[in-house]
Amino acid sequence: MTDSARELLQLVPKAEGKQSMKDFKSDQEVRWCPGCGDYAILAAVQGFMPELGLARENIVFVSGIGCSSRFPYYMNTYGMHSIHGRAPAIATGLASSRRDLSVWVITGDGDALSIGGNHLIHALRRNVNLKILLFNNRIYGLTKGQYSPTSELGKITKSTPMGSLDAPFNPVSLALGAEASFVARTIDSDRKHLTEVLRAAADHPGTALIEIYQNCNIFNDGAFDALKDKQRAEEALIRLEHGQPVRFGADGSRGVVRDRAGELTVVTVTPDNEADLLVHDAHAASPTTAFALSRLADPDTLHHTPIGVFRAVDRPVYDSLMSEQLDTAIEQQGKGDLATLLAGGDTWTVVG
Amino acid sequence: MTSQVSSPAEQADENAAGRQRRPGGAKDVRRLNRVIIRFAGDSGDGMQLTGDRFTSETASFGNDLSTLPNFPAEIRAPAGTLPGVSSFQLHFADHDILTPGDAPNVLVAMNPAALKANVGDLPRGAEIIVNTDEFTKRALAKVGYADSPLDDGSLDGYQLHPVPLTTLTVEALKEFDLSRKEAERSKNMFALGLLSWMYHRPTEATEKFLTSKFAKKPDIAAANVAAFRAGWNFGETTEDFAVSYEVAPAARAFPPGDYRNISGNLALAYGLIAASRQADLPLFLGSYPITPASDILHELSKHKNFGVRTFQAEDEIAGIGAALGAAFGGSLAVTTTSGPGVALKSETIGLAVSLELPLLVIDIQRGGPSTGLPTKTEQADLLQAMYGRNGEAPVAVVAPRTPADCFDAALEAARIAVTYRTPVFLLSDGYLANGSEPWRIPDLDELPDLQVQFAQGPNHTLEDGTEVFWPYKRDPRTLARPWAVPGTPGLEHRIGGIEKQDGTGNISYDPANHDLMVRTRQAKIDGIDVPDIEVDDPDGAPTLVLGWGSTYGPITAAVRRLRAAGESIAQAHLRHLNPFPANLGEVLKGYDKVVVPEMNLGQLATLIRAKYLVDARSFNQVNGMPFKAEQLATALKEAIDD
Repeated sequence: MTDSARELLQLVPKAEGKQSMKDFKSDQEVRWCPGCGDYAILAAVQGFMPELGLARENIVFVSGIGCSSRFPYYMNTYGMHSIHGRAPAIATGLASSRRDLSVWVITGDGDALSIGGNHLIHALRRNVNLKILLFNNRIYGLTKGQYSPTSELGKITKSTPMGSLDAPFNPVSLALGAEASFVARTIDSDRKHLTEVLRAAADHPGTALIEIYQNCNIFNDGAFDALKDKQRAEEALIRLEHGQPVRFGADGSRGVVRDRAGELTVVTVTPDNEADLLVHDAHAASPTTAFALSRLADPDTLHHTPIGVFRAVDRPVYDSLMSEQLDTAIEQQGKGDLATLLAGGDTWTVVG
Repeated sequence: MTSQVSSPAEQADENAAGRQRRPGGAKDVRRLNRVIIRFAGDSGDGMQLTGDRFTSETASFGNDLSTLPNFPAEIRAPAGTLPGVSSFQLHFADHDILTPGDAPNVLVAMNPAALKANVGDLPRGAEIIVNTDEFTKRALAKVGYADSPLDDGSLDGYQLHPVPLTTLTVEALKEFDLSRKEAERSKNMFALGLLSWMYHRPTEATEKFLTSKFAKKPDIAAANVAAFRAGWNFGETTEDFAVSYEVAPAARAFPPGDYRNISGNLALAYGLIAASRQADLPLFLGSYPITPASDILHELSKHKNFGVRTFQAEDEIAGIGAALGAAFGGSLAVTTTSGPGVALKSETIGLAVSLELPLLVIDIQRGGPSTGLPTKTEQADLLQAMYGRNGEAPVAVVAPRTPADCFDAALEAARIAVTYRTPVFLLSDGYLANGSEPWRIPDLDELPDLQVQFAQGPNHTLEDGTEVFWPYKRDPRTLARPWAVPGTPGLEHRIGGIEKQDGTGNISYDPANHDLMVRTRQAKIDGIDVPDIEVDDPDGAPTLVLGWGSTYGPITAAVRRLRAAGESIAQAHLRHLNPFPANLGEVLKGYDKVVVPEMNLGQLATLIRAKYLVDARSFNQVNGMPFKAEQLATALKEAIDD
């Protein structure tokens, strides 16, 4: 992390005393369906917040519409449950006008990628200091089970009795294409991993997008079982760790190499090819390899799904740039004087 | 009377004085009370710049003035065509005037298209200055002239001044190292110089302006100054212009003070900066470029040294979304747009109604529906502002009446927003936005105090004695809820678009609570403290003309004409459209007839009829242009006589 990045994160005041998970629970009854993956994410976030040690009053959760967007009501911080898809825009105005706040956006696959797709990509390219948690359950839950922009092609739902015709978005690929400076993926049920990713995102100056695979046990149950079942996950799940060779499978028997055409492919690790394994570099200046990793997974079977931080690079943060322009303007023109401004250049006087 | 007086109605305003010699000059100088000039040319001819400069010269000379820029939506429409004509009309006088004038006394036509598009507006006897160089066979044919109107006698009723403006400009600039094309581009400055001579305008400011505008291209600056001077000298020497005119400063029209010329959008931008200072809140503008509102975004972007944050969003929705986020954070938050943008912002305005946060929504209305007429004026967004949201979502609505009044209207909108924690619509329009007039620069101590108090601590005691913060516990007088900004310890709370329980702000689907909240939000807007409407009714007339917004100038000019002709008519003009002034119902009931002129199909009239059961009659015009005073006077006369 650069010095300026560190400085930016220090603009948010620290909590005075020691905090506990309880401090972050609001008095509101949580109203998700029993068994919803959202509970696990809420618990992970509430459990992680004390570690950040930020003043609770300087933390704001902003959400859109959808099941996940009820999240702010359950956090004992400032919060806004806004309208469908617009949370990144609202949070942009808040974060860029108040650099002393830690601003978190809670959104879902429909909220962020369908109705709010435009705001998401523009927040990412601007690199506003926001932490965006995208709960991806690959279904519309709150409207009772229509296909979402991350549903697999051919998905049978209430609105697609003969199968959906839309090719899905890959949120990580989309974010990387939108110039995101931090992109990660994690899973609702893996609290340890989820917390690690939250930690990395919180430390990142600028927009951090975390895609969280989240199970909707009512309308799309088991969508991520391939990644959760211990046996199956061994073959399916690839845990990315910065600076480490990309390996997975039983005893790391499988790995990722770059083939002659420059494509990433999965191989069985042998003493001959072990040295050729791709070493994950989340800080690579170019997003090319991160993008290639985001394309490894089979969208239907979820085989070879990487989780972890795909990309974390420092680049100028929008809120800081905006603030610097204000400072520069004052340096160059002096602090604004209203009387001088109103008088302008060409005036005349009428004498009574 | 001079030949420049254009119609019997306008003669009511005239009081031409005698001739006098200009000291040291050989030509006649006549004194006029007022003049209306229209510069017209291709959209690439620089007519708006020419008009702006003439306006600045006129303002600094001390005349009262009013302007009407009129240009196509295309940046460069096909050259020489009727749709490509851009014009700038300026009315200036030695007395108080209210409109850019109905009919020009002088038309400067830079090409046949400009002549053809505008000659129909000229009264007989008007002066026409044409650039003869552009009257080629091809250019004439392009706009359907079989023969040149300069030769066929069709302009016999006018005072025609054929001037080879292009040739003279190129000739004047031959010592500069410029291509012919570059030299030709200064012909608008030649025309400006000629008109500046004709009307004795001060010239130093224009020369200074040109030097600074082209500071990086000193050759071009010098060429423009030379063309400007050549135009002036041409007037002085050529025999074709035998007379020049004086219009004395309008000293008596203005209360004492320092004045400047100002357009509506500039006044609005300044009003927002002033409101930010008076409220002691940082200004945040979230906006997306749209005609005719973009100039406010441009202007505010220049004033970052006032702590102004401007955010050019990815779309209209993000513009208002960001503003609402900033409002939550304690900024004086603004979004600027026009009608199509308001349509996109509607859902967020509804959210702001539900969140009860201060937010200024500035709508510079233009012709609609849909894309409509982007560069033309209209008042057809009133009902959209009033009702264009789902659910019962009342907002306050204010409207400025003149370009300079946009400054005060911005302060008033901010007062309502921060006092009542509500979105406020400010309905300006294209005519106010681009038009300009002299403005008395206010002393800062005249500005209203808009200081607000953020919530600092608990505001409610539970039965068990616990002190808590309730985000929806209201001020009993204003019904405003507390504005508790993030960063305030102990006031952590969650707000959202779902219906909230009265007081606690927690989610509530309780039927009785929803009924209460809907009625409370309405009562808050209905209870906004707005001043009574004042009626100008010197002789107890039976007929009242009621207007709102930018029709103030034309309505007042029409009323003056009627009164000068011995008619009796009362006039009132609304600043507040929601809520209406408390005395409005009583005022309306005091008249036999109420006439409501609007640049829409009767939107205010609809509101008035619904609310007060008054048989208000509409007079409507939706041609993208402001009312003309004479036409309004005729319509009002018909209503009086009816």
